Amino acid sequence: MSDLNLTPNFTNADDFYEYLLNAHEGLSKSDSDALNARLIILLANHIGDLDALKQAVDLAK
Amino acid sequence: MNKIFERSLYPYIRHPDQDKSEATHHTIAIIGAGPVGLAAAIDLTLRGIPVVIIDDNDKVSFGSRAICFAKRTLEICDRLGIGDQLVDKGIQWNLGKVFFNQRKVYEFNLLAEEGHQRPAFINLQQYYVEVYLFERLTTLKNKGGPVDIRGKTRVNKIHQNGKKVHLSLQTPEGSYQISADWVIACDGANSPSRQMLGQDFIGRVFEDNFLIADVTMEADFPTERWFWFDPPFNKGQSALLHKQPENVWRVDLQLGRDVDREEERKPENVIPRLKAMLGEDIIFELEWVSIYTFQCRRMERFLHNRVIFAGDSAHQVSPFGARGANSGIQDVDNLCWKLAEIVNGNAPEFFLESYNTERVYAADENIINSTRSTDFITPKSDVSRLFRDAVLELSADHAFARPLVNSGRLSVPSFYPASTYFSYDVEVLPSISRPGAACPDAIFDNGSFLLKNLGFDFTILAINVEEFFKTLETGPSIKFLSIKVTGNQNKSVKDRFLGDQSSAIYLIRPDQHIAGRWLKFDRQVITKAIDAALGR
Repeated sequence: MSDLNLTPNFTNADDFYEYLLNAHEGLSKSDSDALNARLIILLANHIGDLDALKQAVDLAK
Repeated sequence: MNKIFERSLYPYIRHPDQDKSEATHHTIAIIGAGPVGLAAAIDLTLRGIPVVIIDDNDKVSFGSRAICFAKRTLEICDRLGIGDQLVDKGIQWNLGKVFFNQRKVYEFNLLAEEGHQRPAFINLQQYYVEVYLFERLTTLKNKGGPVDIRGKTRVNKIHQNGKKVHLSLQTPEGSYQISADWVIACDGANSPSRQMLGQDFIGRVFEDNFLIADVTMEADFPTERWFWFDPPFNKGQSALLHKQPENVWRVDLQLGRDVDREEERKPENVIPRLKAMLGEDIIFELEWVSIYTFQCRRMERFLHNRVIFAGDSAHQVSPFGARGANSGIQDVDNLCWKLAEIVNGNAPEFFLESYNTERVYAADENIINSTRSTDFITPKSDVSRLFRDAVLELSADHAFARPLVNSGRLSVPSFYPASTYFSYDVEVLPSISRPGAACPDAIFDNGSFLLKNLGFDFTILAINVEEFFKTLETGPSIKFLSIKVTGNQNKSVKDRFLGDQSSAIYLIRPDQHIAGRWLKFDRQVITKAIDAALGR
């Protein structure tokens, strides 16, 4: 059981944001959606802990 | 067409009960001679409990139907006496391949774990299982077993009155009545018994249609399970190919919603679909075709006074997880010893409530697993398809995504939930053999397997316990099994039952589920645990 980290945790927030948007650059809506879905699965595996993931899903709702 | 479907196994024969002026009373009546009913009859006969089976047919079921028999079922069938036949005839497979669009994304191997006698699965047509069960029952009957099977006899009325169940039976020569102390209704998914009792299923029915076809062909596809998501030959849908004995192959093709089922099952429509999948040049013969929808539902209760539901009559799950026939056999495994203890006066009647509790729990576990598989195989919305496809894409290159791919979670027995029937756990012992678990198999250094040594009674398994009393004033018979484990001696026993402790005592129920375990033998504690395991 671990709590979802809700304190600022990016090593460089602006760099990440730019990188994320660049990844979507020029993609169709459906390709962008697919990229987001893959990204969520990748990040979810990195977190791994079910309680933390559930908190994230609930917070995002 | 395979001749096995046409053979009359238990033709209608006029029974003396039909000529009596009053209804003959029986201990247990079983409705339905499918795999579940036959297994129940064998289990009860082996326990010396008189049984009459009533079936409206006189043959095995038509078509291969259930084809995947799991390890736990094989272990139960070992106890019933047909385990070797199933394994010898069946096909063993370990390798599964998953395809997405044009390509194979990954494969998995159900590697057999050391120290288990039976493989994870065999594939075998249901009709063979039924034939072996029937032959076994006939052998028991010929040896004087108290069992009687009545073919071409339909139950058309069930009436419960006090401690009796009254059955009206319809035969080709008119009707007659019998009564029984208990009735086990194993009459399948469309159970007339369930309807006669005014009961229904609760749960989900899915809209997607699946075409199931068994084909006989000389083809060099390997003995593996192949599952396709969105293949070129069945765009936007799924497909499964799985081998059975005698060059019979199971093909499942998802058809989608709103299809004309009568049209789709016609050979002129089935054959082109199969050719697109198997190859234009493959020569095959259709053995059996059926169209079905996924259903994940169960009766609210499996116990209705003295009528007990088991197998598909009690619960239905979607295929792809081998949870239908397998869970039915486990129902029988759970039920029969309890009924026998009640009939023999070793347990109170209300003990049967534990069958309801435990098997409803197991059915819910199967329903959850099947529902999740169904949701993965047949995405219900754009976003569920988006995530499904994302998982499949990632699974090709990344092992981490593979646990999310769900083309059916293969059936394993339930750990029954904590209840008064099980003792509090000693948690320092391995979790795999905790109370509620189906006893894991293990191999002894002399080459014999633990489960084969358990038999039909309660077993007390004593590991490195020097002194214990081999007599207990309990009522039911108890088998004592004593094993030494030191160093690498009997290693699988050590791993599964001892862990880092030096001694342990296990109380194992007649259905091979663990009722309790302790580090030391204590006569009083064990006597109490046996009482609790019998609802006393």
